[in-house]
Amino acid sequence: MTDPATTPLNALAEPEITRPPRSQWRDVWDQFKHHKGALLGGGFLLFITLSVLFGDLIWQLDPKKLDIRAKDMRPIYTAIWDSGAKVGWNHPLGTDQLGRDQLAQILAGGRTSMAVGWAAMLLTMLIGTTIGVAAGYFKRLEGPLMRLTDLFLSLPILPLMLVAVTLFRQPLRANFGPEGGMFILIVCVIGVTSWMQTARIVRGEVMAIKEREFVLAARASGTKSRGIILRHLLPNVLSPIMVSATLGLATAIITESALSFLGVGFPSDYPTWGKMLADAVDRMQEFPERVMLPGVAISLTVLAVNYLGDGLRDALDPRIRGR
Amino acid sequence: MNLKTTLLGAAAAVALAPAAWAERGADGHVGVIYWQAPSILNPYLSGGTKDIEASSLVMEPLGRFDENGNMMPFLVTEIPTIENGGVAEDLTSITWKLKDGITWSDGSPFTSADVKFTADYCMDPAGGCAQLSKFEGIKSIETPDDLTVVVTFKQPQPYPYSAFMGTQSPIIQKAQFENCMGAKAQECTDANFNPVGTGPFVVKEFKPNDVIQFVANENYRDPAKPAFATLTLKGGGDATGAGRAVMETGEYDIAWNLQLAPDVLAKMEEGGKGHVEAAFGTLVERIEMNLTDPSPDLPEGERATIKHPHPILSDLKVRKALSMAIDRALLTEIGYGQAGKPSCNLVPAPAIYASDNKECLTQDIEGAKALLDEAGWTDSDGDGIRDKDGKKLSLLFQTSTNAVRQDFQALIKDWWQQIGVETELRNINASVFFGGDPGSPDTFQKFYADVEMYANNFDGADPQAYLAQYRCDNEPKPSSQWAGENINRFCDPAYDAMIDELANTGELEKRAELAKKMNEMLTKDTYTIVPLVDRGRVTGVSNTLGGFKHSTWDSLLWNAADWYRKKD
Repeated sequence: MTDPATTPLNALAEPEITRPPRSQWRDVWDQFKHHKGALLGGGFLLFITLSVLFGDLIWQLDPKKLDIRAKDMRPIYTAIWDSGAKVGWNHPLGTDQLGRDQLAQILAGGRTSMAVGWAAMLLTMLIGTTIGVAAGYFKRLEGPLMRLTDLFLSLPILPLMLVAVTLFRQPLRANFGPEGGMFILIVCVIGVTSWMQTARIVRGEVMAIKEREFVLAARASGTKSRGIILRHLLPNVLSPIMVSATLGLATAIITESALSFLGVGFPSDYPTWGKMLADAVDRMQEFPERVMLPGVAISLTVLAVNYLGDGLRDALDPRIRGR
Repeated sequence: MNLKTTLLGAAAAVALAPAAWAERGADGHVGVIYWQAPSILNPYLSGGTKDIEASSLVMEPLGRFDENGNMMPFLVTEIPTIENGGVAEDLTSITWKLKDGITWSDGSPFTSADVKFTADYCMDPAGGCAQLSKFEGIKSIETPDDLTVVVTFKQPQPYPYSAFMGTQSPIIQKAQFENCMGAKAQECTDANFNPVGTGPFVVKEFKPNDVIQFVANENYRDPAKPAFATLTLKGGGDATGAGRAVMETGEYDIAWNLQLAPDVLAKMEEGGKGHVEAAFGTLVERIEMNLTDPSPDLPEGERATIKHPHPILSDLKVRKALSMAIDRALLTEIGYGQAGKPSCNLVPAPAIYASDNKECLTQDIEGAKALLDEAGWTDSDGDGIRDKDGKKLSLLFQTSTNAVRQDFQALIKDWWQQIGVETELRNINASVFFGGDPGSPDTFQKFYADVEMYANNFDGADPQAYLAQYRCDNEPKPSSQWAGENINRFCDPAYDAMIDELANTGELEKRAELAKKMNEMLTKDTYTIVPLVDRGRVTGVSNTLGGFKHSTWDSLLWNAADWYRKKD
């Protein structure tokens, strides 16, 4: 189009051409920031992640420290409507029945819950996406891989966890300590038992996309399978992966709490949100805050992750972007 | 004195009056809730408390234990003793005289043949009877006439009341179970689910693992009893829900075994429909010390067996220091409140068998530290944990999953931390921990931990069998499929000699003296067992239910015939 013969048409040449092209990630951000929920969710997630990571530098009480004389203290805000309540600024969120500080426990518990959630989610995505793409792209692998997925779908997580604890607890404990060993075990078990939905969704999407013209064109021009998958397929299935990732993070946090509740999780004096919640159920009427605080923390985190995922999906999908 | 007697008499008359005037079925309906659901009504085929206690509404033994642990005749005229000639001087036989005129709920007469049949049924080698230990040592049972049963023992039996007494060995009807002997026992669904009994109630409808509907037994021996025409025994749920159903909503009258923290129970009582009753028996929450090495480095089959003594806990001073660091009064206050008493004894009751050992009740952190120093455990690398020859004083502490137990663990870990002992806590699902599966590494019998905490008790009012558990060679081990009651792997020939002596001693005072000595040997002399709390059986009882007597020596429902509805 830059043929000198067509000089008269130069007037029509777009002046914008001098501006550097917009990067893809800038488009993504533009779209993302229009999603209020996603912004809020992302902000909250950042806040809670920073709090659990660095909160203990500011609030330095030991979450495991027992102080029987200061047991059953209420959160500071209780004083607003009940002037006789046992409150104090030394324990702003109160203490439990053994005098452990609730704020310190929420921070320490959040660190465990978030770490388990993120690690298990990443593992789930890795396994799920790999199997989904392989099953969707390579025809020969489809049968065996999808039967494997069905097999895993029928595995009940709880008995599996009990067996895994029996088999692997000792060696892991010897190598990584009681808490580290349990962390690896829980992350692996959750990861290994929850990738199936992701795999199925990804496989379906991949099967649809690989028949599209641009993939055919890429193949026709000699692109290798690896290139097609990484360059053309993965970016297009990113949005379903994101959605399952957010759901996966939420499920992982909740599964961890269920496991801790049943006593196959972390040691009983090692706080996690789920365990704080389970421990407080007996005294729910008297001390509702002990259920509310970790419960609200779990719910808000899960909600924030879901909104974030929603916004990311809209922003990452070129078909939706710009609408 | 006279006035007092008169007043007492008047009070008694008033108290007894409602019961005396009532007639059978006049008080309508009563509800009982067990948060573990009964699955069978034949106590000879189930070891579960829930099944045994549910069946106690229908079936009765010859005598029961009242709320004070005393024996009460039920189907016999009196409890046989040496004094009244019922027990032979040489302790080898006991003669029961049945009451005349008792009938089964189907109207047929109750005779000595039924009693003999009960023993034959349980002692059938093919039957797998759950209560076989009750009939141990019996040589023969004769029935000279319809109302006399003579039990002869293989050797002198200082405590001849284990068979046919208490809730575990009630009498079953010969006519009904005749064809259910031995291997066929489990097949007789009809008889096992709907037994004929002599008790105050009969089964109307039984949904296993859910609910049982009972109606009053028309042929019960006292025409005025039971006061209730119908009884519902609901099973399932959890202790919290059961407590609420009685004390907050008033849907049920009795809730079984409420192991909940005292503040939780107190909150429920504020509901105003019911109250908590605690009765003390022999249930003791304790820490068991493992005297063998549970290290995972040992090959399977040698781990936690007497081949390898424990590297840390074999030292008496360490065990004693661990016990001294514990504040039992605080544990009791936090975990059980009114339903617990700090205890240093494995056998806390009956009174004559209870040692007056109170040494452990005062916490002594400094003393414990000194004792550990003396034993050679010092903190040489300054990390707050004692060590000796390069080995850290670090213990794995396991128990079952239960809110109260986890609180105890946290507290004990804190105290042990203060004396320089590192503790790793572990809790295991109760059905696995107490499940006894030899394939699982997590059972309390296998004891793959250094210390563990749970509660145990003994049936009836005699501790002989209980104390005899700690005999050498009675420990759980691979060759016995990890069955065995000597959980600590305790072994002392002097103790074994005392077990044998106890088995051959008939005089009560001498027995009591021996039992106390044995109890002290396991607790304050060796700290093999570190008792923490003497636990009461906590029951939620409706404020409108009268006549309920809380016996921990027998079924919770042992005197259901005497219950009535309070009128005001």
